Amino acid sequence: MANDNDVDKFIKGDGLDSEREKTIGQHIGYRYDVNLLPDYERLTPFLKNYLEFMGWDDLNWLEDIHMGYEDGRPAVFDRNINGWVGIPTDVELPDNQQDRDMMARELLIKFQMSPKHPMVQLNKAYRKF
Amino acid sequence: MAQVSAQQDDASHEMGMHTEQLSGRTQQVFFNLDEEGGFAYPDSFEVDFNKRAELDASNMGPKEVNAGIRELMKEGNGTIVLKNPGAKHSIGVGILNKLNLIIEGSLGYFGCGLVDGPNIRISGRVGWSCAENMMAGSVVIEKNAGSTFGAALRGGDLVCKGSVGSRTGIDMKGGNIIVGGDTGAFSGFMMQRGRMVVCGNAGKNLGDSMYDGTIYIGGKIADLGVDAVPGELTDLDKQWLTRKLKMYEILPEKGVDHFTKIVAGKQLWNYDNLEPTEKKLIL
Repeated sequence: MANDNDVDKFIKGDGLDSEREKTIGQHIGYRYDVNLLPDYERLTPFLKNYLEFMGWDDLNWLEDIHMGYEDGRPAVFDRNINGWVGIPTDVELPDNQQDRDMMARELLIKFQMSPKHPMVQLNKAYRKF
Repeated sequence: MAQVSAQQDDASHEMGMHTEQLSGRTQQVFFNLDEEGGFAYPDSFEVDFNKRAELDASNMGPKEVNAGIRELMKEGNGTIVLKNPGAKHSIGVGILNKLNLIIEGSLGYFGCGLVDGPNIRISGRVGWSCAENMMAGSVVIEKNAGSTFGAALRGGDLVCKGSVGSRTGIDMKGGNIIVGGDTGAFSGFMMQRGRMVVCGNAGKNLGDSMYDGTIYIGGKIADLGVDAVPGELTDLDKQWLTRKLKMYEILPEKGVDHFTKIVAGKQLWNYDNLEPTEKKLIL
């Protein structure tokens, strides 16, 4: 198993640490520090523009967004579809969790705001007014 | 109404919503990293913060007020001043847009619920369940708030500069609840994620049955609930607290070093049984 302090722990290893994970044969995505606070010096240009657009002084709800690792692949959890969204394989990952979290936040915004997001179709089908 | 439901049901079947349309399809086609723009939901209104409008709610019901806000956003107004809200219930709900909403007065129950994005300032008080299920943005209340403040909060900043009632942040799943005064009993009950900051005192059973998340208390704690335990206040915590409290102009004169941090003892964790059922989307 990879080192606990290794940022690539869940990519290099199988991520199956707990008894439950071994039983189900699946890494549980929440097993990283969900309370990790963001380093604002690492904001990406996209995120800076997004915050200005929304009129927010900080990352607001995006403070709770982190890059997770699902099935040995980097991913970000999208609450709007209640599912993990994998990071495209051709994206090079930074070597630290803070920068990875910023990347996850940027990708999630781009995904959620895309007209091709699954919620757009659901909205058309179910909205009441 | 039944006819509308039937039409929606037909539409959802035609669109393949009932046949697991995502299975066997990759999400990568939906997603282009180089896609420009994309700061707002596709069906949101284009508004300008510098375009300002006023709405007088004196002789309007809650439905009319909410429709009025929507209409003003449709016209491109990014700053809306709501006058004479009269403590009506369910005002300012379901706003999924960037917006500066200034409410001059007090709100009743369930004010500003289900919002995703706006910055809302309320000069008066609010009733029960203010900003319940809020997704993103900020709601700032200048005076006091009722019970279940920020129930099931999912994201964003919910700030009350006065004191709040009991069960504050019940079942919260993310975001930040910040209270300048005191909070009542059972605050943080079944909290799952996010942060709660109370500059004053906390009532009985603080953090009862909390699964995760963090609670910071500046004053006295009557007692802790089941599985709520003290945690170590780190430098990162102090930096974050100072920044947030300064941002909303409620940083105590003596700073934040005296705050007590409460976290989950994690004896109640049961995520393991839920996780395999989550839908996985692969890019």
